[in-house]
Amino acid sequence: MTATSFPYLTTLVLLPAVGAGVVALIPRKTVASWFHEAVGVAVTVLTLAVAAAVLFAFKSGTGAYQMVSTHVWATGLGIHWSVGIDGISLFLVVLTAVLFPLTMLGARVRRDPRSFVAWVLLLESACMGSFVSLDLILFFLFFELTLVPSYFLIGGWGYARRGYAAIKFFVYTFAGSAFLLVGIVSIAFIHKSQTGVLTFALPPLMHTHLSGTEGVLLFLAFTAAFAVKAPIFPFHTWSPDAYSESPTAAAILLVAVMAKLGTYGIIRFDLNLFPQASRTLAPVLLTLAVIGITYGALVACAQRDLKRLLAYSSLAQIGFIALGTFALNSQGLSGGVLQMVNHGLVIATLFILVGWIYERRKTWQIGSLKGLQSPAPVLAGVFTVAMLASIGVPGLNGFVGEFLILIGTFVAHRWWAVAATAGVVIAAVYLLWGYQQVFHGEPAEVDSTTRDLSLNERLIVAPLIVLIVLLGVFPKPVLDRITPSVNRLVVHVDTVTHTPIPAGLRERPLVAVKAPCMLNGVQVSCSVVDSASPGAPATTKGASK
Amino acid sequence: MLHVTYLIILLPLVGFGVLVAAGRRLGDPAAGVVATAMVGASFLVSIGVYLALLQVDAPVRSYSQNLWTWIPVDRLQVHAGLYVDPLSMTMVLFITGISTLIHLYSIGYMKGDKDYPKFFLYMNLFVASMLILVLGSNLLVTFVGWEGVGTCSYWLVSFWFTRESAASAGKKAFVYNRIGDVGFLLAIFLVYEKVHSLDYQVVFARIGEIGSANVTAICLLLLVGVMGKSAQIPLFPWLADAMEGPTPVSALIHAATMVTAGVYLLCRVNPLLHASPDAALTIAIVGAATAFMAATIACAQQDIKKVLAYSTVSQLGYMFLAIGCGAYTAAIFLMVAHAFFKGLLFLGAGSVIHGLHDEQDLKRMGNLRAYLPVTFITFAIGWLCIAAVPPLSGFWAKGDILDNTWAAHPALWVVGIVTAAMTAYYMSRLTGLAFFGTDRWSERATDAHELDAAHAHHADGAVSEPHESPWIMTVPLWILAFFAAAAGVMAISGSNFSLANWVDPVFGSNLYQNNLSSAALWVLAVVDAAVAVVFVLVGLRLWTQRSERPALEGSFLRGAWYVNELYDTVFGRPSERLAAFCADVIDPKVIDGAVNGVAGAFRGSGTLLRKTQTGYVRNYVLGITFGTVVVLGFMLTRMWWG
Repeated sequence: MTATSFPYLTTLVLLPAVGAGVVALIPRKTVASWFHEAVGVAVTVLTLAVAAAVLFAFKSGTGAYQMVSTHVWATGLGIHWSVGIDGISLFLVVLTAVLFPLTMLGARVRRDPRSFVAWVLLLESACMGSFVSLDLILFFLFFELTLVPSYFLIGGWGYARRGYAAIKFFVYTFAGSAFLLVGIVSIAFIHKSQTGVLTFALPPLMHTHLSGTEGVLLFLAFTAAFAVKAPIFPFHTWSPDAYSESPTAAAILLVAVMAKLGTYGIIRFDLNLFPQASRTLAPVLLTLAVIGITYGALVACAQRDLKRLLAYSSLAQIGFIALGTFALNSQGLSGGVLQMVNHGLVIATLFILVGWIYERRKTWQIGSLKGLQSPAPVLAGVFTVAMLASIGVPGLNGFVGEFLILIGTFVAHRWWAVAATAGVVIAAVYLLWGYQQVFHGEPAEVDSTTRDLSLNERLIVAPLIVLIVLLGVFPKPVLDRITPSVNRLVVHVDTVTHTPIPAGLRERPLVAVKAPCMLNGVQVSCSVVDSASPGAPATTKGASK
Repeated sequence: MLHVTYLIILLPLVGFGVLVAAGRRLGDPAAGVVATAMVGASFLVSIGVYLALLQVDAPVRSYSQNLWTWIPVDRLQVHAGLYVDPLSMTMVLFITGISTLIHLYSIGYMKGDKDYPKFFLYMNLFVASMLILVLGSNLLVTFVGWEGVGTCSYWLVSFWFTRESAASAGKKAFVYNRIGDVGFLLAIFLVYEKVHSLDYQVVFARIGEIGSANVTAICLLLLVGVMGKSAQIPLFPWLADAMEGPTPVSALIHAATMVTAGVYLLCRVNPLLHASPDAALTIAIVGAATAFMAATIACAQQDIKKVLAYSTVSQLGYMFLAIGCGAYTAAIFLMVAHAFFKGLLFLGAGSVIHGLHDEQDLKRMGNLRAYLPVTFITFAIGWLCIAAVPPLSGFWAKGDILDNTWAAHPALWVVGIVTAAMTAYYMSRLTGLAFFGTDRWSERATDAHELDAAHAHHADGAVSEPHESPWIMTVPLWILAFFAAAAGVMAISGSNFSLANWVDPVFGSNLYQNNLSSAALWVLAVVDAAVAVVFVLVGLRLWTQRSERPALEGSFLRGAWYVNELYDTVFGRPSERLAAFCADVIDPKVIDGAVNGVAGAFRGSGTLLRKTQTGYVRNYVLGITFGTVVVLGFMLTRMWWG
C-alpha cells in the first residue's frame, strides 16, 4: 500500500471511535481498574502516530486539499464521506492528536474510568472528523457528535453545578447548530438551482452565486453555530459555567480543542462559502472580536476563581483568532490558524496545572491559595511559562500568532488593531495578578505542604512546554504549511468579492474566472485559483452524477 | 571573528540552559561561577568581534548575520538576524563587561540565598535578552530582546516573592513596560504597512516612502515604548518600586543596561528622528522634564536605593534630551559613563546594605567611612562622577550634552543646568547621610528585620558593627571605580579611545553639529564645573551635621509628586470598578440574562415543549448519539459495499 493510497484520515477518524467501542465492551469486573485507561491511552497514542504520519506525508508549498478520499453515500442526496486536509486543518488535527493522550494521562478520574475513557475517545473521533470533513453534512454530523460526549463528561464527572452547566452548554450550542443545519440545506439547494446538481461537498459549493441578502443570511446562520462554539462575544456565557464545572479533562478538551471547531468552522465554511458576506460583515465580526479581547480581559480581572479566570482569558484569546480571521489577509489568517494551535497548547497546559492544584488543595479559589511557589517551584515555573505564552511574550508561541494577527489586522483595519493591541496590556494585568495571589507571598500553613510536580506530571507537561517554546522560536515549518492554504483562501475571497455575479447563472461553467485581483496589494492572476483547485471536486463531480 | 557574533548571545543562553537543567545540583557557589564564566566568555568573544570590526573600514563598518527565518508569511519575512556596527558593539562591550562584574559581585552578595541558582539563571537570561535587543538586525528581533529583558526584570524584581511588596513591584514593572510596548508594537505595524519590511537598513533606505506624518507617528510610538522601558514621564513610577529586587539587579538592570535600551533604540532609528524634527523636539522636552522632575524627587528620598533610582530616571532624561537635540554621541557617552558610575553606586549601596544587615534607610546610617573604607572610597568616586566634578567622566559626558542643548534649545539648557545643580546636591546629601556625620545605625530598632526576608545568614538578630564586604564584592567596585573615573578619556578627540571617532560614522549627517566657538565651550565648561563643585559643597554642608531637615524634604517631593496616587485615582480604581461591574452585572445579568430570557420564553410558550426540554435532555442526547452512530455506520457500510 503506497503512502498516498492509505486512508490516513479515515483511519484517524475511525480509530478512536473503534477504541471507544472496544473500551465500552471490556467488562468492568474482569480487569483491573486501570486497564480501560491503559487501552484508552494506547488508542490515543496510536492516533497520534497516525497524525504524525499525516504530518510527514503532508506536502508543503501547496494550498490544496491533500489525502482526499471521497466515497458517495447517498446519490440522490448528494452526501459523501469526503475527507481531506490542508494547511488550515493539518495542525488542528495534530493538536487534537497531541492533546488527547496528554489529557487522558494528566486528568484522570476516579469514578467509572471505563465510561469516561469511552466518551473521551468518542470525542476525539468527533473532533478529528470535524476537522477533516469536506462534506457539509458529514461535518455537521461530527460537529453535533462532539456535543454528546462533552455533555456526558460534564454531567457525569463534573463539580457541584454540573447539571446546570451541562444542560446550558448543550441547549445553547445545539440551538446554534439548528441554524447551521438550515444554512447547509439552503446553500445546497441554491447551488442545485444554479447547476442542477445537488451536492453537499464543499469544493463545488464554494462557487455558488449568492445575492447580497442570501449571502448575509446564510453567513449569519452558519456563524450562529460557530460563534457559540468558539465562543465569540456575546455568545460566551455558557463557557465559564461549562469550563469551571467540568472535570479537568473535559475542560481541557472543551477549551483547547472544541473551541477551535468554532473558529475553524468560520475559516473553513464561512469564508469559503460566503466570501462576499464575510467581507461585508467583517467590521461587525472585528468589532465583536475586539470587544471579546478587551471585555474578556476586563472580566477576567474581576474573577476570584482560577478556572473562570482562564475561561475569560480564553474569550479574549478566541477574540484574537476571530480578529485575524476577519482581517482577510495572509498574515491575519495565518496568525489566526497558528493561534488556534498556540492557544490550544497554552490553555491545555494551564488547565492541566489548575487541575493538579485542585487535586492537591481541593480548591481553585484564588483567595484560598497563597505562596505556592515556595513549596512547589516546578509547578510555578511551568505555570509561568504557559502564562507568559498566553500574555504573548516573544520567544514563546503566543507571540508569533498574536503578532501576525495584529499586523495583518493593522494593514487591513487599522483602528481595530490599535484597540486590540491595547487589550494586550490587560492580559498582563489579570494573569500576573492571579499568579501573584496564588504563587507569591508567604505560604500559609496549608499551602506550605503543597506537593511539587511528580516525575510523571513533569513528563506530561514537558511536551507541551517544548512545543510552546519551539513554536515561538522556530514557527517556520508550521507557517510554511499554513500559508499556502491561507493564501488560496484569500485569493478565493478576493476573486469572488471582486467578480460581479454573471447574468444567466445556469449556463455559467464553474471554471476559471480570469479577473485581476489583489493579494495583499499585489496583482496576481487569478487563473491560478481554479487550475490549482483541489483534486476533490473532480472526483466529487464525477461521482455525484 | 565576526562570523561568531552569535556566540555573544549563545554563551549566556547556554548558561541559562545549564542552570535550568542542573542549577540545584550545582548549588552555591558553583551555579554563580558557571553563570559568571558564561557572561565573561561572552565578553571575551565581544572583544574579539570588536577587534575584527576595527579591521573593517569606517564607512561600511558593519556586519550582518542571518541566523534563521523566523516569521515568514507571504510578504512579511522576518529573520532572526544580527547586525553589528560601532553602535551595537559599544552596547555589547559595556553590557557584557559590566554584567561580568556584577555577576562576580553577586556570587558574594547572594551567598546563602535559598534560590541562589535561580538568581543566576534569571541573570544569564537577562544578559542574553539584552544582547538580542542590541544586536537585532530588525525591529522585531529588538522587540524580542525588549520583552525578554522586561520579563527577566519581572522575575528579578519579584525575586524575593514571599514579600508582598516585591511581588507587587515586579508586576507593576511588567505592566508599565507593557503599556509602553503597545506603542512599540504599533510603530512596528506602521513601519511594516509603509515599507513591508522591518529590517533597519531597508527601512532607513526607504524613509521617503513612509511620508513625514507617518515618520513622526512612528517616532512618537517608539517614544511611548521608550517611556516604559527607560522610565520617562509619564511611565516612570515603576522604577522606584523595582528597587525591591536584590541590589545587583538594580545595578545591572535598573541602572546600567535595561533602562538604557530606550536610548539605544532611539539612537538606532536616528534616520527616522532626523526626518522628524517634531518628534525629536518632543523627545528632548520629555527628557528634560523627566530629568528635572526625577531630580527633585531624589532630593527628598530616604531610602538609599530610591535616591539612586530617581537619579537614574533623571540621568536617562539627560540622555533623551541629547537624543532630542540630535547629539547621539553625547547620549551614548553619558550612557556608558552612567553605566559605570551608577553601577558602581548601586554596588556600593549594596555593600552598605550588606554591611548593615539589610538597612536601606539613610537616616539610620552615618559615619560609614570609618567602617567600610573600600566601599567609601569607591562610592565617593561614583558620587563625584555623577555630580559632574571635573575631571571625572560625568563632567565630560554631561558637559557634552549641555553644550549641545545650549546650541540647540537654550531654554532646555536652563532646565539641564538646574538639574545638574540638584544632582550634585542630592548625591552629596546621600553621601553625607551615609558616610559622614554620626553613627546613627547603632540606634536602629530591632524591627529592622522586617526588611530582611532573604539573607538567612543574617538571622542572628543582633545589631552588630557594620562590616566591609568580602573581596569578591570589592574587586568589582575597584574595577568599576577605575572606569567611572577614567571614562572621560573617551572625550579626547583623535585619540584611540575617542568615542566620537568610533560611533560618529554610524550617525553621519544625522548628527547635530553645534558649531559653538571654543570660547563659548570654555565658558559652558566653567559654568558646569562651578555648579557641580558649589552644590556638592552645599549638599555636604547641609547633610553631614544633621540628618533631619524637614524644610528640604517636603511631603510632595517625598511622595514623588503623588503620581502613583494620581494614576491610582484616575486609572486604577475606575478600571477596577469597571471590571467588577462587567463581571457582576453585565455578564451574568445583561448578557446571560438575555440568554436565559430567550430560553425562558421558549419554556413558557408551550407546556408540551417544556416537558421534553427540561426533563429529557439526557435521553435526547443519547438519541443523537445513537442516531449519529447509525447514520455514520450506514455511510461506512455503503462506502465499502457501494
